[in-house]
Amino acid sequence: MSYLADVAALTRKDLRVELRARDTLPAMLLFVLSTLVVFHFALPEGAGDDAAYGLLWVAIVFTALLGLARAWVPEQEHGVLDGLVLAPCDRSAIWLGKTLATLAFLLAAQVVALPAFVLFFAPLDATALAGVLLANVGICAVGSLMAAMAAAGRARELLLPLLLLPLAIPLVVGGVGAAISPDGGRFLLFLALYDAVFAVLSWASFEYVVTE
Amino acid sequence: MIRARGIEKRYGRRRALAPVDLDVPRDAFLLVTGANGSGKTTLLRLLAGLAAPTRGSLDVGVDRARLGFLAHEPLVYRELTGVENLELFGRLYRVPERRERIGMLLERFGLWEARNERVSAFSRGMTQRLALCRALLHGPELLVLDEPYTALDEQGADLLDRALDELVGTRTFVVSTHEPKRLERLATARLALG
Repeated sequence: MSYLADVAALTRKDLRVELRARDTLPAMLLFVLSTLVVFHFALPEGAGDDAAYGLLWVAIVFTALLGLARAWVPEQEHGVLDGLVLAPCDRSAIWLGKTLATLAFLLAAQVVALPAFVLFFAPLDATALAGVLLANVGICAVGSLMAAMAAAGRARELLLPLLLLPLAIPLVVGGVGAAISPDGGRFLLFLALYDAVFAVLSWASFEYVVTE
Repeated sequence: MIRARGIEKRYGRRRALAPVDLDVPRDAFLLVTGANGSGKTTLLRLLAGLAAPTRGSLDVGVDRARLGFLAHEPLVYRELTGVENLELFGRLYRVPERRERIGMLLERFGLWEARNERVSAFSRGMTQRLALCRALLHGPELLVLDEPYTALDEQGADLLDRALDELVGTRTFVVSTHEPKRLERLATARLALG
């Protein structure tokens, strides 16, 4: 119970910090909407819905990347990560709290972005939406760990995409597959499996990322 | 409480801390002095468990739940208020009767009136006082303080003097400073680095 209470306190803290600083969510919203507008004009007429679903995933991954690049900034200011690492709570709670907060920001951006996608491009059925939700979990779980690794280095803006994008490729494959394949359920299963494996790996390895 | 034999820290080829031996008994007050770059901060980070020695053996006789660390940086969130910061850390440290303890510390360090202001609006000295509250919040047995008087004005320094006077002899202290005069009266052991 105390583990979950720690996670809840850390997530609440991240949401409160963002509510006040407004550093991350407005940038994500602006980015995803402007990207969809650009894609709307860039996609040739008659390109078909399949291409549009591919572009949706480009927008989702890079929006998540934008949020993740800022995820650990509050902890870097004033060296707060050291303070969290010294606290006697399970260190994986720090990762889980950050993952849930980033997931909340990504979902908030998608609440605006997905209706815009439907308006500009193509409909999204329940399988496609389930694919987005499952891929969100994977991106945020792996991304929070990679962002913590990148934050420790000097060139985090460069390092994070290099670390995250190769790991996000299966999520893009699964997400696009869920949207366009007649057998979308198989892709949802694949995404759920990815989430389970990478969430456990990230949860277990976070401690080694933040300690020497 | 602390026993170190030949602990050394290197970052690549650069040596951040030359080999050090330490024996700090319980309830002692170790004053660590040295010029800039002599390794004071590195030694304190090793003792706090935030870094591992490259060579040597180190045994700190408390776990991190019973260790209070004051760093160069205040380790508090800029966008949270003083109370919210202490509430968060109090929860993570499982501080019993958290509200009362937080109120008492904020009063003691003259931050009660500013308790609901964001840290980003604090002066550097107020932020340092809040950092001291955070380090003392869970009543640690071992206090590792890196330049605790940094940024404190005379009033803040007097408040810290009083807090240290109360705690000396009942806690173990490792304190670094480049102005040892103020702490000389409390020290039971000294270590000069560099």
